[in-house]
Amino acid sequence: MNDASITVEPDALIQLAGITKTYGRGQAEFQALKGVDLSIRQGEFVAIMGPSGSGKSTAMNILGCLDTPTSGAYLFEGVHVENLSRDQRALLRRNYLGFVFQGFNLLARTTAQENVELPLLYRGETAEARHEIGMAALRSVGLEEWAHHTSSELSGGQQQRVAIARAIVTNPKVLLADEPTGNLDSKRGHEIMELLVGMNRDHGITILMVTHEPDIAAYAKRVVHFVDGEIAHDNENGGTA
Amino acid sequence: MMGWTTLLLALREIRRNLMRSFLTVLGIVIGVAAVVTMVTLGNGATQSVSDQISSLGSNLLMLRPGQRMGPGSSSGAPNFKAEDAEAIKTQVGSLKAVAPTVSRTSVVVVGTKNWATSITGSNSDYFTSGNWTLEDGRYFSATEERAGKAVCVIGATVRKELFEAHSPVGDTMRIKQFSCEVIGVLAAKGQSAMGRDQDDTVVMPLRTVQRRLTGKQDVNTILISMQDGASTEQVTNQLTVLMRERRKLSDNEDDDFSIRDTKEIAQTLSGAIGTMTALLGAVAAVSLLVGGIGIMNIMLVSVTERTREIGIRLAIGALEKEVLMQFLTEAVVLSAFGGLVGLLLAAIACYGLASVLSLPFLFSPSINLLAFGFSAAIGVIFGYVPARRAAQLDPIEALRHE
Repeated sequence: MNDASITVEPDALIQLAGITKTYGRGQAEFQALKGVDLSIRQGEFVAIMGPSGSGKSTAMNILGCLDTPTSGAYLFEGVHVENLSRDQRALLRRNYLGFVFQGFNLLARTTAQENVELPLLYRGETAEARHEIGMAALRSVGLEEWAHHTSSELSGGQQQRVAIARAIVTNPKVLLADEPTGNLDSKRGHEIMELLVGMNRDHGITILMVTHEPDIAAYAKRVVHFVDGEIAHDNENGGTA
Repeated sequence: MMGWTTLLLALREIRRNLMRSFLTVLGIVIGVAAVVTMVTLGNGATQSVSDQISSLGSNLLMLRPGQRMGPGSSSGAPNFKAEDAEAIKTQVGSLKAVAPTVSRTSVVVVGTKNWATSITGSNSDYFTSGNWTLEDGRYFSATEERAGKAVCVIGATVRKELFEAHSPVGDTMRIKQFSCEVIGVLAAKGQSAMGRDQDDTVVMPLRTVQRRLTGKQDVNTILISMQDGASTEQVTNQLTVLMRERRKLSDNEDDDFSIRDTKEIAQTLSGAIGTMTALLGAVAAVSLLVGGIGIMNIMLVSVTERTREIGIRLAIGALEKEVLMQFLTEAVVLSAFGGLVGLLLAAIACYGLASVLSLPFLFSPSINLLAFGFSAAIGVIFGYVPARRAAQLDPIEALRHE
């Protein structure tokens, strides 16, 4: 799988080269990605757009180290992720990546604080450290007073804020957001986007975001368009075509 | 991630789903309670039987005419005579007491009350060999024995049935055509191992019973009480040689009498009860196993129900073994907790049942420990499959799960 022909770009945080992903076999074979080359530098805010079935979710899963490509190379800070084992990829996610999902994906019947502290638990932080860092993350999304409320007691926008706090609590290099405003009304959606832009601007967190809404994509500095498993456009400054 | 954190995660999950957790452990609770109760009560029953056997008399041999094996063989064998007992007393060593006995069931009348009881004729050695003690009055004397006087010592049941609260010593009872003076009352011994009331008895000198009740010189059973530390085998051998000689058996004839040892009876009965206990325990152990399968079932359901949660944990960076350990710990904590509750329940049940069945309550640490260990082991065994299934979920699929 290790593609020897890859040219390593020294300033790239993430580099995809000739990534393909094939599902199924024989008659049912379906190629979701047909050779994707993409390079993302530290501190970028990239929106990934495209119609359903264009391969943007598949690309996101591979970028998030949740899935492995069928062929091609994925370099994360110069490390070949496509060769890593399941547990090694888990450690990479634990230490360098944060996730925000469309459906929030908070633990049910669990307080905001416990949700935010969860990644720290897996990092083996002490109870005091978990509490301190967790509360700081909640403060940064403006939900300090809601720390002891369970997910069902929070509004959608608040739940997504908790999810963002959980994603950034480990101070990750990359935050992957999959339709982060998809379940929210436009007012809450824009609040969430302001929050993400702030994270990107103030903390230098690289953000990769999948969306199908152009006004949400407009918050990003760069927009990558997927069509039929390939990158169709890759525009700077959010200038959607 | 440290073990402590895993435990914390598991405890949180259990607390979050109290009802489900309770239903999950119910099988284990019942299983452990059943096993421990069965075995504890079984041990109590065994203890109670050996207590009752020892109340028959320690180191007691019973010499009876006829072979105990083989159907109907006893009918042809001649009974013993009082002289046989005398010969045993003088010729066999290490003996404490030799009591020739003959028993009849007869109605005893006092005033307007009557009571059918077992009337035994014997000598004063009878009281020694049977571990009897006096509550009131005295045993009969050697003179009374020789003379065949109409005196009797009565058991606690007979006293209760025929006499008022006052001491019956000095009163007379009528048995068939003769009157008999009560000279002593025996202390109560309770039921025998075979469930017979040992206190439902009247004891008189052997000669009195032979003359006035049976009309024969025969003796049915000779009770032989050995001295402490005497070898049962040696005494039995001596007895056999003596009795064969006295009954003029030639070398090719089988013994026409049998010698039974109370210890042997105790062992047989204890063995039978032990087998019953093991059987009941095994049945209960099956329910414990079913309880384990219950845990596996609920844990599997729980894994499906919590697929999304597992997906979140995996996405956040939980390792396979961390998810595995969390679910395994949940199963073990649940089953161990169920085990503890089961032990508590068993203690209560044993306490109650022991008093209802009038058995001694023998707390056995080993069976309690074993049942608890077994319940925890069930958690590991039956928790492993669901835990592994959870750990091996694909995070993408799991996150998509509704």
